[in-house]
Amino acid sequence: MNATAEIAVRRRPVLEMRHISKTFGAIRALQDVSLDAHAGELHALMGENGAGKSTLMKVLSGAYRPDPGGEILIDGTPLATGNPITSRTQGISVIYQELSLAPNLTVAQNIFLGNEPRRFGVVDRDRRDRRAQEIIERLGVSFSARDLVSSLSLGERQLVEIARALSTSARIIVMDEPTTSLTSRETDRLFEVIATLKLQGIAIIYISHRMEEVYRLADRASVLRDSGYVGTLDRTDLNASRLVSMMVGRELSAFYKKDHRPPDAARAVALSVRGMSDGNLLKDCSFDLHKGEVLALAGLVGSGRTELARLIFGADRRIAGTLQLDGKPITIGSPREALDAGIAYLTEDRKELGLFLDMRVSDNINMGVLARDARPGGFRDFAAGERRAANAITNLSIRTASTRVNAGSLSGGNQQKVLLARLLETEPRVIILDEPTRGVDVGAKSEIYRLIDSLANRGVAILMISSELPEVVGIADRVLVMRDGAIAGEVTASAGEPLSQEAIMELATGAPQR
Amino acid sequence: MTERAIGMTGTVAQTSVGSRRLRTAFTALGMLPVLLLLAAAFQLINPRFLTGTNFLIVTQQSSINIVLAAGMTFVILTGGIDLSVGSILAASAMTAVLVSLIPEWGMLGVLAAVLVGLGFGFINGLFVAYLRLPPFIVTLGSLTAVRGVARLLGNDTTVFNPDLPFADIGNGSFFGIPWLVIIALTVVILSWLVLKCTVLGTWIYAVGGNVEAARLTGIKVPLVLIFVYCVSGLLAGLGGAMSAARLYAANGLQLGQSYELDAIAAVILGGTSFVGGIGSIWGTLIGGLIIAVLSNGLILAGVSDIWQYIIKGLVIVIAVALDRYRLQGGART
Repeated sequence: MNATAEIAVRRRPVLEMRHISKTFGAIRALQDVSLDAHAGELHALMGENGAGKSTLMKVLSGAYRPDPGGEILIDGTPLATGNPITSRTQGISVIYQELSLAPNLTVAQNIFLGNEPRRFGVVDRDRRDRRAQEIIERLGVSFSARDLVSSLSLGERQLVEIARALSTSARIIVMDEPTTSLTSRETDRLFEVIATLKLQGIAIIYISHRMEEVYRLADRASVLRDSGYVGTLDRTDLNASRLVSMMVGRELSAFYKKDHRPPDAARAVALSVRGMSDGNLLKDCSFDLHKGEVLALAGLVGSGRTELARLIFGADRRIAGTLQLDGKPITIGSPREALDAGIAYLTEDRKELGLFLDMRVSDNINMGVLARDARPGGFRDFAAGERRAANAITNLSIRTASTRVNAGSLSGGNQQKVLLARLLETEPRVIILDEPTRGVDVGAKSEIYRLIDSLANRGVAILMISSELPEVVGIADRVLVMRDGAIAGEVTASAGEPLSQEAIMELATGAPQR
Repeated sequence: MTERAIGMTGTVAQTSVGSRRLRTAFTALGMLPVLLLLAAAFQLINPRFLTGTNFLIVTQQSSINIVLAAGMTFVILTGGIDLSVGSILAASAMTAVLVSLIPEWGMLGVLAAVLVGLGFGFINGLFVAYLRLPPFIVTLGSLTAVRGVARLLGNDTTVFNPDLPFADIGNGSFFGIPWLVIIALTVVILSWLVLKCTVLGTWIYAVGGNVEAARLTGIKVPLVLIFVYCVSGLLAGLGGAMSAARLYAANGLQLGQSYELDAIAAVILGGTSFVGGIGSIWGTLIGGLIIAVLSNGLILAGVSDIWQYIIKGLVIVIAVALDRYRLQGGART
């Protein structure tokens, strides 16, 4: 290696990701993204839900192989991509949001899991515990290497993950929203550890939605949007409104052309939610949902939107909060009671929580109202069910070979319509839609939008959770934004103006209001 | 048996109109070819196998297991398991014989047995549905506890009633068909009606297919669970009455030992998925017959008792392997 090359190496970032693209079938998850990180630097990675951050990090960790043309350099040396073990031995360590610790084992066992120091072919327990203790002392923590992970708090478990990364002498540590479930004291502790890591020359890629954290920690911040790279700001240029406008973009798709119903004070309140808490994430959530209104519930993943919806629907246990439906107080202790009261809920996870994949389309559509088909002796009126299913298939233009095929064989969009059909058969007055267009093709999407609109026109009150800002802005009459389990604020449209994506994102990320 | 075999083959031929139907038929009757093959093989080894007399013996021997397996089908369709049916059968049989000894009221022994079974099933259901305990653990507990109750009922002795008023159930026949067989077939048909033709039956499949979706759809999951354990207990009680009627006696210690395993084997052989949601009562009927044919055929072939165990065990494992293969292969698209 000659002298000029050596200089280049010294100035060279420890990590360079160049022209990374990743496609899954027809879906492009990443398009020509480049990112680098220097030793001792914290590089924040920002972007909306689904912007491609996690995919990029999975390429880095070796979980995914990037499409041909992209490369990853570690200290200028190309990394063999798509192999988690290579990535780890090259010093890359990713700490995911869902921690991957075994709670029934000790801290030391977890730190060296799969990488145990051995002597004579058996685990050298003394050396393992001693080395683990050294590493966690470097992080300045108060627990011992022999403690069980189950006895640690979430914040402490996060530190165990970091210790595990250090045990493999990681030089690049990726942290994916590390503070989501931490208390503010634990967060401060984590930030101190991060400062120590930087001093030790470790490069940190830090995924976060929270402006204040990015301000406090980042040396640079890069933004991804719609699977592509938008730009990078240096610490001196960091600016909330610039970051927000980089994150949300401005373009609205063609089929978002709805006239917003003007906020009408005279319109009756359909559902009034007061003081909802679940004793865990949700804190004192209150709002009113009007008849014939589409109210969007926006916020980042983990902000508590689904939790709030499930609480209203009686799917989870609440510790505080009251509901009023059409002005009358109601108590809801189970989904059955919610449905009987006229509140219906569409789950965000249709395969795990919605469909009966091995049952017929007609059974899936009828499942919520099966009791109506009971003849004397409990026998099912199959003809009535088939008629109902056939009607729903026509009305919602569900593409299926017949009512008798299994729901699992339909496409995502048609599965979603089957769930919507089931929900509509209960003739609800209040509908809660949780990500109604997730994993749905464009054609089915616009059909679902039209359906939402026509339901609202008929006076049904609709609460729609969505992570897609253009969808929120295009469909909703009004937007509630959640952050950290509470309702952070409301965004309404002023006359002639569309709902502001920036205003929503600022509330969701906690950026200072302009 | 010959006539029966032809009848069944005819059914398969009719359903082969469309390939989807054929696949559905194979899912439902997945083990029918195995049963026919076994029967053919045993016939080659011993021509006495396919005779009218032997056919009646086989069906009669399998009848109690088929009744237990029918109840087990309900439970396994919800993704659960009922290990206590053998013990419940013993306790119910004890009750049946003890009640039959009451002068004038002896016929009530059958009713008493069924009610005792229902009661134990209800208790199982309560623990599974409302305390949310794993069915395996709940029914493992009742397997032991109810066995104790069965021994307690007769002070740990065998109780006899040589003049059992309902002995016809166990040993009589109706137009040449043993009552045991008639009862088993009736249970299978009633189970089919409940599972396939009632609202409750659809709920059972839904709970087994996706319990969380069932709850969010407004199905009262705990009631469905209690129902299936009640059915399993009730049919175990009926099995107890059948057993008592056959033997004119009951013994709390020995009766029904490991019957639960044969019942589970019949259900699994019948193609019902162990995780729930997929399966049919006709499969269970075929599974029960396979077990009976295996036992009977191996005896006629002169295979020793020890080897019978080994072969039966292997058949069960191979059948479950086939079940896995089938679920991976065709269920999802």
